[in-house]
Amino acid sequence: MSTQSIGIAAGLAQANDRFHAARRRQLMTLVVVVLVISVLPLLVKDVYLQNIMVLTLMYTALSQSWNILGGYCGQISLGHAIYFGIGAYTSTLLFTKFGVSPWFGMAAGGGIAALVALVLGYPFFRLKGHYFTIATIVVAEAALVLFLSWPYAGGALGIQLPAAADNWANLQFGRNKLPFIYTALALATITWLVTWKIEDSRWGYWWRAVKDNPEAAESLGVVIFNSKMAAAALSAFFVAVGGSFYAQFVAYIDPDSVLNFHFSLLFALPAVLGGIGTLWGPALGAIILIPLTEFTRSYAGGSGQGIDLIIYGALIMLIALWKPEGLIGFFVRQPKPLPASADEGAHS
Amino acid sequence: MPCREHRLLRLRVKGLAQDNGLKTMTFQALAQIVVSGLLMGLIYALIAAGLSLIFGLMDVVNFAHGEFLMMAMYAMFGLVLALAVDPVLLMPIVAGLMFALGAIVYLGVVRHAMRAKVNAGMVQVFATFGLAIVLRGLAQLFFTPDFRSIPNTWLGGKTLNLGGIFLPWPQLFGGAVSIAAFVGLYLLISRTDFGRALAATREDAGAVALVGIDRNKVFTIGWGLGAGLVGLAGSVMAIFFYIHPDVGGPFALTAYVTVALGGFGSIFGALAAGVIIGLIEAITATILPTEMKSLGIYAAYLAVVFVRPRGLFGNI
Repeated sequence: MSTQSIGIAAGLAQANDRFHAARRRQLMTLVVVVLVISVLPLLVKDVYLQNIMVLTLMYTALSQSWNILGGYCGQISLGHAIYFGIGAYTSTLLFTKFGVSPWFGMAAGGGIAALVALVLGYPFFRLKGHYFTIATIVVAEAALVLFLSWPYAGGALGIQLPAAADNWANLQFGRNKLPFIYTALALATITWLVTWKIEDSRWGYWWRAVKDNPEAAESLGVVIFNSKMAAAALSAFFVAVGGSFYAQFVAYIDPDSVLNFHFSLLFALPAVLGGIGTLWGPALGAIILIPLTEFTRSYAGGSGQGIDLIIYGALIMLIALWKPEGLIGFFVRQPKPLPASADEGAHS
Repeated sequence: MPCREHRLLRLRVKGLAQDNGLKTMTFQALAQIVVSGLLMGLIYALIAAGLSLIFGLMDVVNFAHGEFLMMAMYAMFGLVLALAVDPVLLMPIVAGLMFALGAIVYLGVVRHAMRAKVNAGMVQVFATFGLAIVLRGLAQLFFTPDFRSIPNTWLGGKTLNLGGIFLPWPQLFGGAVSIAAFVGLYLLISRTDFGRALAATREDAGAVALVGIDRNKVFTIGWGLGAGLVGLAGSVMAIFFYIHPDVGGPFALTAYVTVALGGFGSIFGALAAGVIIGLIEAITATILPTEMKSLGIYAAYLAVVFVRPRGLFGNI
């Protein structure tokens, strides 16, 4: 027996080493990817392509944030547009009405969104499966209706961000896309790092346990409700930060352009197509999906014939059917389980 | 939803309500609200019936349900244009076409989505969502994004004056179709072999193979029926509503809420919930500005699931 337990210990240590080596490799991959993306806009000067880069990086960050709650904790929200809208409206209203810097507005929007997520989570996390998902859709739609008829926030007409001096303090740069690319890159990197950190933290293990088998998790002492609340707050915070960024980038918001159900789907989609609950899934999904959306829209969509929609929809359908685990499946082998002997030994 | 006759009616109701003051609202105005809400509710129930049937059968939420409704409306539009026959007579053809579409979608898309071994739920959501976008694109390609309506129909624009209560004929007809469809569905499920196979498959899709039920066949017919039901709803709606590629969205959302409010898996829960939602919407529209009328539905859904997390009649 003792030789066997030594075998188990060695096996576990080995698996542990492998795991940490893999995590270090991922960090190094990030450094390389960030360096490449930083250089890219210096070579590609085309405004149209730079615009696509901003959107791709932004959706990477947003989908990565959605992934915290949807992918790691397994709570499928299709109402994250509410947090996006809160972020966009908070920073924009603070700036237009009180002249507050959008950077502060970003943090404030994130804070408010996290609070809203906690308030909503309290009743919502009692709901299971589709009941939860539909509740998230419903509450985001209610927010859309309310913002449409809220005159202070511009109602259906929306708010135009007044032009201020082009500088980092105002997060306005006129026609220069470069600073937006780097801000979006920073956002995507931060959300990636947060997710990376979570993967090996207590919360990360709890969330995955809640996702895979809530009953078993509970019996091991994981407080399911608190786990979901923490994931929801973190997820909402970063989506709202992305919302503030988007408002600065497009300089004009109205309820339909930030609170539409379409956005809720667009946060989930890259993660699902790339690989839900994985570190690189959202980025991979966004890198394929967003440029494709933009290209089909500009090359096939101008005629208004709907060909762009057909290509876009067919692609989503094909990836979902063909690679259910996400496109990440092409790049990463499934991690090997612990040595079989260790697993069996634990039972004997 | 800004349907033509409905809006006129609502204005009339509002006029009545304002003349007399909301507190002393006449019986007539109140009855008008209740009846219009009831009729619209029956149509909502009919739209939701197919969604509920498919969900109950195989646990799949069809995210292209609104687009099925849209396709049915365009099918009616195209048939009326081609054959110059009244929509009422063409209804069985549209339902039949939609049955075929539903069966094809199951065989071509959903069957494959169900084979996914990992994160099957999301695969189904996004496979059907992708399909929804393709259908919307096809509608734009063949019919352009313009708003269409079917002119000069037997029922369109006509109202029945029942002692001061105005009932639009298209909605009356829709309500009758809805009740007939639910009766038919009840008979089908309780009286036929196929209904028993359906019930058995929803209990345990694996075990039915042991007693010789072809699960795939049941699912195919289930999807056909689900789409056929929404085909009936679309046929009725085409008479009194504008037809355009994005028409399905808001109705699909109402249908999801209806199904969840009634309880996933309960077809007759969907009927009850549809009627409740129609009534709540009619009442909200009289109290709040028209564009905020869906708030009442949303509030009702949230209130119900917080008390009963499985909806009114949910059995899963």
